[in-house]
Amino acid sequence: MGLQVENLTVYYQTLKGNVQALENASFNVADGEIMGLAGESGCGKTTLGHSLVYLNQPMKFIGGRVLLNDQDMPIADMEAMNDFRLKQISIIPQYAMNALNPTRKIGKMTAELLESKKVSFKIIKAELERRLDLVKLPREVLNMYPIELSGGMKQRMVMVLSTLLNPALLIADEITSALDVASQKAVAEMLVEFRDQQCCNSAIVITHDISILYQIADSILIMYAGQLAERASTDAIIHSPRHPYTKMLISSLPKVGVRYEEKKLSGIPGKPPLLLNPPRGCRFKERCPLAFEKCDQVPPFEEIAPGHFVACWKESAKNAQA
Amino acid sequence: MQQLKKKNEMLYFAMRNTKLRIGVIIVLIFVILAIIGPYITHYKPRDYVAPGPQPPSSEFWFGTTSFGEDVFSQFVSGLRATFIVGILGGGMGTLIGVLVGFTAGYRGGWLDETLNMLTNIVLVVPSLVVLIIIAAYLEVRGFLFESVFIGCFAWPWVARAIRAQTFSLRTRDFVDLARLSGMKPLKIIITEIAPNMMSYLLLVFILQFGGAILTAATLDFIGLGPTNTVSLGLMMNNAVIYGALLLGMWWWFIPPGLAITIVVGALYITNVGLDEVFNPRLREM
Amino acid sequence: MKRYFSRKLLIYILTLILAVTVDWLIPRFMPGNPVQIMIARAGLKAESAKLVYSEYMKAFGLDVPIWQQYINFWIALFHGDFGVSLWLFPRPVLRIIMDAVPYDLLLLVPAILISWFAGNNFGAFAARSKWLDNTISPLGYVLTATPYMWLGILLAWALGIVVHIFPFSGAYSYGLMPSLSWKFIGSLLQHWVLPFMSLFLVMFGGWAIGMRNMIIYELEADYSHYLEALGAPKNLVRRYAFRNAVLPQITGLALQLGVIVAGQLVTEIVFSYPGLGYLILQAIQNHDFFLLQGCFLFIIIGVLIANFAIDVTYVLVDPRTRAGMTGEA
Repeated sequence: MGLQVENLTVYYQTLKGNVQALENASFNVADGEIMGLAGESGCGKTTLGHSLVYLNQPMKFIGGRVLLNDQDMPIADMEAMNDFRLKQISIIPQYAMNALNPTRKIGKMTAELLESKKVSFKIIKAELERRLDLVKLPREVLNMYPIELSGGMKQRMVMVLSTLLNPALLIADEITSALDVASQKAVAEMLVEFRDQQCCNSAIVITHDISILYQIADSILIMYAGQLAERASTDAIIHSPRHPYTKMLISSLPKVGVRYEEKKLSGIPGKPPLLLNPPRGCRFKERCPLAFEKCDQVPPFEEIAPGHFVACWKESAKNAQA
Repeated sequence: MQQLKKKNEMLYFAMRNTKLRIGVIIVLIFVILAIIGPYITHYKPRDYVAPGPQPPSSEFWFGTTSFGEDVFSQFVSGLRATFIVGILGGGMGTLIGVLVGFTAGYRGGWLDETLNMLTNIVLVVPSLVVLIIIAAYLEVRGFLFESVFIGCFAWPWVARAIRAQTFSLRTRDFVDLARLSGMKPLKIIITEIAPNMMSYLLLVFILQFGGAILTAATLDFIGLGPTNTVSLGLMMNNAVIYGALLLGMWWWFIPPGLAITIVVGALYITNVGLDEVFNPRLREM
Repeated sequence: MKRYFSRKLLIYILTLILAVTVDWLIPRFMPGNPVQIMIARAGLKAESAKLVYSEYMKAFGLDVPIWQQYINFWIALFHGDFGVSLWLFPRPVLRIIMDAVPYDLLLLVPAILISWFAGNNFGAFAARSKWLDNTISPLGYVLTATPYMWLGILLAWALGIVVHIFPFSGAYSYGLMPSLSWKFIGSLLQHWVLPFMSLFLVMFGGWAIGMRNMIIYELEADYSHYLEALGAPKNLVRRYAFRNAVLPQITGLALQLGVIVAGQLVTEIVFSYPGLGYLILQAIQNHDFFLLQGCFLFIIIGVLIANFAIDVTYVLVDPRTRAGMTGEA
């Protein structure tokens, strides 16, 4: 049960060639789990999140398989996916502030969306109102246009709308990055509340802000340059990371619980490689203090401890010895 | 280095864009015709060259008018006039629009309010009607006069667009930096803001160019064009007045209108192509 | 919203004042004495020339100080006094214009509305697929690049002369008098088709292109992507995009009015259709400056009224302005 992703590879088509934004990703998200997905900008975390629900141009499906509750998701087929969107997989996009049609009243838009998906708005209205209460939005918002709502209100409205049909998996893309610190905490807590109330079964929270994940995520997946680097429980990632990149990432944080800016990652020497023509093998090797000749081959994403996966030859070797 | 690379990339996309290629080639063909045309015909536009109306022949490629004038000679010289009006009128419209828009957007405050009001007023005025009333009172109308006046009424939408662009550009980091380092406003505009708008200005100019050609043709057709030159609009005017339709002299009225349609249409398509080159978002994958 | 309208009204009032002032200024500060030119060109008999001259001098009020002349001009205007035509002496200019205006409206209003609706739908249709886009868009660009009078000439020649389908001159047959008979209405409609078509086709191209570009922009907007990500069917996404793309097309209509009016004038000239365009041509050819001035003011006032009507429509259609937002003037 839950989400299983197997060898998912998604590229971006450009005139200069394919940008290899997501390479061979395999991982699971358990029932009821909130998984954080973190990494520098351009590491492929948004590509991963979006490809699960809305794999549109210029993204291109290359290979792999996605199972949700043991059911195959036709993620490469834009039309066939429509049956699963919102009902099975849903997304709170990064642009939540502009996500609502500016010229329709919010309630009317919701009704039209649901009716178009053969769901009766009348039946669901009571639940919708209950959820508005849950996120502390007045019920009158249904009679308002998006422009009459503040940014934070629009964000919460989108949260309610995206989860209205209790999807099995919710993808939350940078939902806190546009907000001030106080609202960030509130929105993050609402997400946990949503999961607890079964508004969504499990969730993937994409962010570059690890401190938020520390508060709400059960586990964290770290990506680097289109490859999965490390996946473990939140505690393990924060306190005992194994991948050299995760170690540098965590240690570059001033202090756990303090928000870090992407720019501060310049604390790690070097830059991520360009994904148009990435280096062979481990993509972190050029910045990695531990790199050796074996790193020219792609390291396997290996389970070195229960629930702790790492893609690093050094760690694999240690594991093999142990 | 970065700049050079960017330029090469633009050029690369420009060469690959079909719309741009088709548009530019068509416009160029007509430009060449306008330049060399007067040298390959033996006649002056208003010369009497043959008796009565004659259909197209090897001697008179586009036939002759009721007055025995060579239509091809009139056509090429009208085409030349068309391009000059387009460049002068379109250039004038772009220039005024850019000046007003820059000033309003960059200075802001009451100056912006005033210029904005002026822009909106000229915007609602039907410019051709004003041109008609001005031209009607003039006994002698020059070519330059027509171009300049067309430009004087065509600028408002340019000013509006440039103003909005300047607003957004002047709040960007690099302009702030220049201002903090004590650069003079004019220098900031020339060195920091203008280069970022060059591509946009080219698009604006092309649209103004096409618009000026259409306006001039309309004015010429009413009979209020330049009194001393032949133009494509005037050819159509003469054709209608002197019964070319009833006499079935299609060679008299088809070429001038067709040329305008093709040139302006090609300009519009060039504009779309250029837009795709400049805006990566619009590029086809 | 109040601010929005008061701002718009201020612009229109200023425009009107400016237009009237230009109308007043031009005959006074252009080289030569227009009254003399008019009378000399008209070639009237000596006694009527004298009559016309004194009538005009009085109408121009050239015997009083310049500021007084200006005020008198305004007072006359408010009394609907536009002077007397020379071409159709001694009919008042206002009457001549009032007789012509119905023909303008008969042509313009349907041409604008039908081309706007049809063009918008067609443009949205073009945005549906690459193939449609590549065939429809070039047609739109060619149509919108066509000079109105040339399309008029072509239609008159092709459908009026080569193939005798429609009459191509005047608003009704010469033998008829305007009346409410079926015969007259039939003739009116027959004469209406060709000028309507030339106006319609050129405008249609412009609206189709405009809508095609707007809807592509809207389909790439965040709200469209969100709907798609939530699995909304294509037709709902398109419906929303269309609705939002129509709003700038309404503003576009206001911006295009000047060009449309110009097209109307030359189309009437081509088809000798007795509207203001035809009057303007007659006024120019007969050096009837009073008539010309009257037409000028009338067109300006008409355009301002149309602009205001479009503003009101926009507010009714765009919920954002209704929701108490102040729009850009």
